Formats: sequence, C-alpha cells, structure tokens
Amino acid sequence: MLVAEGLTKKFSGLVAVDEVSLAVAEGSLTGLIGPNGAGKTTVFAMLAGFLHPTGGRVLLDGADLTDEPPYRRARRGIARTFQITQPFAGLSVHENIAVGAYLRHARRADAMDRAAAVAERVGLSHELDKPAAALTVAGRKRLEVARALATEPRLLLLDEVLAGLNPSEVRDMIPVLRAIRDDGVTIFMIEHIMQAVMNLCETVYVIAQGRLVAAGTPQHVCAEPQVIEAYLGHGAAARIAAGGVHARG
Amino acid sequence: MTATDLLRPLLVVAVFAVVPWLGVSNATLNFLVYMLIVALAAQGWNILGGFGGQYSFGHAAFFGTGAYATAILQVQLGVNAWVGLVCGVAAGVAVGLFVGFLSFRSGLRGSYFALVTLAFAEVFRVVANAAGFTGGAAGLLIRLEPGVATLQFADRRITCMLVLGFVGLGLVISTWLTRSRFGAHLIAVRENEQAAEALGVDPMRVKLGAIALSAALTALAGCLYAQYFLFIDATIAYGPWISVEALLAPLVGGAGTVFGPLIGALALHGLGEATKGIAGSVPGIDLVVFGVVLILVIAFLPGGLMGGLARLAGRLRTIARGRRPAVEA
Repeated sequence: MLVAEGLTKKFSGLVAVDEVSLAVAEGSLTGLIGPNGAGKTTVFAMLAGFLHPTGGRVLLDGADLTDEPPYRRARRGIARTFQITQPFAGLSVHENIAVGAYLRHARRADAMDRAAAVAERVGLSHELDKPAAALTVAGRKRLEVARALATEPRLLLLDEVLAGLNPSEVRDMIPVLRAIRDDGVTIFMIEHIMQAVMNLCETVYVIAQGRLVAAGTPQHVCAEPQVIEAYLGHGAAARIAAGGVHARG
Repeated sequence: MTATDLLRPLLVVAVFAVVPWLGVSNATLNFLVYMLIVALAAQGWNILGGFGGQYSFGHAAFFGTGAYATAILQVQLGVNAWVGLVCGVAAGVAVGLFVGFLSFRSGLRGSYFALVTLAFAEVFRVVANAAGFTGGAAGLLIRLEPGVATLQFADRRITCMLVLGFVGLGLVISTWLTRSRFGAHLIAVRENEQAAEALGVDPMRVKLGAIALSAALTALAGCLYAQYFLFIDATIAYGPWISVEALLAPLVGGAGTVFGPLIGALALHGLGEATKGIAGSVPGIDLVVFGVVLILVIAFLPGGLMGGLARLAGRLRTIARGRRPAVEA
C-alpha cells in the first residue's frame, strides 16, 4: 500500500535519513523502531509530506506522492499524529475532533456526530466538552488518534502515541489500536515501548543513524545482531553471544 | 447554520433598529451611523484577525480602497452609487487577495504579517495623496444629492437602517463562521496551522478566503463612510486611524466572537462620546480613554467584553446550580 523508495533527508550536510526503503502492506500493523535520534520521526514527516525528501520517492498504491503537500495526502487517506501533541488548545475536545471529521463531512451536524462516534471509539466520550488544553497527557494522545481517525483514513501514521503513558494506560490503549486495525485501517507506528511493539506489530522496521538495519517479525528483528548493536553499542551482540546470554526480545 | 443560529443576530439588529425611531437627537443619530460604520470595518478585521488569528495593522488598505473606488466612480465617471458600492467591495477584495497572496505565500505570521499590512496601507495612502485621479491632497467631494439612487438620505434614520442592515449581514457571516466547515478550518489554522494541515486543511486557501471576506466587509464600511460624509482624502481613507479602530473594537469586545466587534465599537465610542461630553474642551481626550480601556481590557479581560460576559454567565450558572464548576465526569 505505502512504499518508500530510497528516502533520504539531508539537513545541510547532516544525513538524517539515508536511503530508507520500506513497504507497509494493506491491512497490516507495521512498526518502526530505533534508538533516539535514529531518524524515525523524519521518515514519518516525509511520508506525511511535512518534509520534502532530498532523495527518493513516496508511493501510495503506486501513485507518486513525493511532491504533494500534507493536506493532499490527508485527502488521499493518510493521517498522522504528532509525537509532541498538537491540540487546537482553544477548542473543546469535540471541536478538535470535528476539524478532522469535516474532511469527509461538509455539514456541521454530520461532522459533530462523526466526531462524537470517533471519541467513543478511543475512549474520550466523557471529555467531549472539556477544553483540549485541560486534557492529561494520556488524554492528549487519545485526542491525537481521534482527530486523525476522524479523517477516515486508510493509513494511520502513529508517532509514539504510547510514549509518556503509564503501564495501565498503555494496556488500555493497545486494544484501541488493534480495534482500529481490525476495522480495516492500516497502521504504521513509531514506538519505543517494546511490550506494545511485540504485542501489536506483524512487521517491524529498525533504523539506526538514519539507515535501515533490519526488517521482519518482532521476534526475528530483536535477535538480529545489528539491532542489538544499535541499541547497546558496538560489539554488544558478540559479547552477549560469548557470555551465553540468549538474546531475545 | 440553522434558523435558531440566526435568532441572536436578528435580535441584536432589532434592538439597534428601534433606537433611531425613539425621537433621539440628530447628534445621537450621527453617533450611531458613525459607530456602526466602525463596527462594520471591525467585523471585517475580526474575520481575519479574530477567527483566523492573522492580526492586520493595515485594514485601512481595504477601507480606503472601498471609499476611493465608490467616490471616484461617482465623481469622475458619473456611475450610480449602488454600482459604485459593489465595485468598491470588489476592489477591496482584489486588494485583500493581492496583499494576502504575497504575505501568506512567504509564510508571514504574527508581527511580520502586521507590519507588512501596515506598510501596504501606508503605500496606498502616499499614492492616493500624490495621484491625480484621487483628487490628490485636496481629496474628493461627492455632490450632495439625496435619493435612493445616490445612497444619500436626508433622513439620517434611513442611513442608520441601511448601515445597520450591512452590520446585520456581518453578524450573519460571523455566525456562519462559527457553524460551518470553512469557519472550523479557519479557527483550526489560527490554533495550529501544522495540525490543521495534517487533517486535510489547505492553509493558504483558507487564509485567502478569510482575507477576501474580511476585506469585503471593511471595504463596504469604506463605501458607506464616503457616501455618508461625502468627503474623503488620503488621510481619512487610508490613514492609520481606521486600521486602529478596526482592530481596537474587536479586541475590546472579544476577538473571534460574533458580537465582539459591535459591542467593542459601541463601548469604545460610547465612552469616547461620554468623555467628550464631560471634558469637552480637552482635544483628544476620547483617544486617551481608548488607550486606558485597551490597557484595562488586556490586563483584566482576556477575551474582551464577550469573554468576560461568558465567564460571568458561567459563574452565575454554577452558583444557580449550587456546585463547583467542571467536576470530573
């Protein structure tokens, strides 16, 4: 469904993302992991159109999106959330979600109904009338998902929607994400919390220092020496193997 | 937008419509017409600045273009005043789109946008002051010729109704913004442009739509001003005074609210007139009052008079219910 070919982003000499190619299959739940500063969010920004790649292409169902602005991609069915939540602070939760719903519903009544239904799905129905600025971190993360979901996307790009949540909030959120996927929305997510990645994703891409170092099932990827080294440092995989410790996720 | 949404604007217009027929003095009528023209210009500013968050310091560019277009068409070309009015609004929209396209395309926001609009208004003022067809520094005098075709009425109450009708139109447009997709997109762009774009909003298109609508209302105010006072020159039409009036009224009344500009204009000019009545001989005393009011509102009433009223209503409601506000659900 979504294909990135040789995506490269240079910020005046610094190569943030280097020739990353990946594919997200229709109906899948795919993950993107990597240590801090690996370039995950930069990849997402290029997929959603907020950054123009220095090289490479982004394709959705074979159509080249590389030069399209974010709002066009949203209309094609790509929705993203922001790692640092970006609520419309002056508006209520309901109105926040309605802005997303207006993409497919021109009438206010329809958009507001749709927004209320989406809020129900992500567990925000009790906070509809609250100002968005009054939400907790967990609430804001849910609002990010709700707003993106209200655009009725085919592909949802989730940038660390579980980061900053406590373990019980993470446990609450995982079934929500799975239900969204089961309704036919393809999900591509950046995540740090391995419990969630192992639990949710069928395919995982790992990037480190801007390069793709591994891809495959979560179990397979976690055993890859390159992945262990990316997280634990050069030579770590060899030391673990020598020490007899079985490397597992 | 439903019929019930229009109830409040209609009610407010009805209240204002009754006043002129209560046997008030000519001076009061004059005050009302002038205040309503300022309110109309302020409603224009409020669309772009209040709902859209793009603070312009140069709405004189639209006001003056409306005023000059109507005046020139009538004086130099003998065109009917109504046609002049329509052309004036169209010219204002054209200037709005021109200024908007240039500044939004280069991504100007906040104080940079404010400065660019101020610069545009000043350029227009200088050019109008120098050019021949605008009457130069002598200005333009529209011939006094009362009649429906010339949009001049010997009875000021009729003028008052006419201007009020357009202010009512401004209220309807503002109400529509609070109940429509375009309005939601505009407010989303004000709150967070990047997040809006991620949700499929084209910020450039939304902002251009807003500046066109904004310029149309303010240009309309300029046309009505020319038609009522029958004289304009560069300092009246393109002077900074109207840019300041257009943004002061919404800020005092409540930026981004439907009734803010009208309430703000009424409060400011009502207070201004009252001060002139008390300390009449001191020149510019009403401007001193404007300054003090603005400082007080910004310090104590963020959200303006409408914001203050909303908070007061909320507090009264909670007192009536006898419990503390916003308890966790």
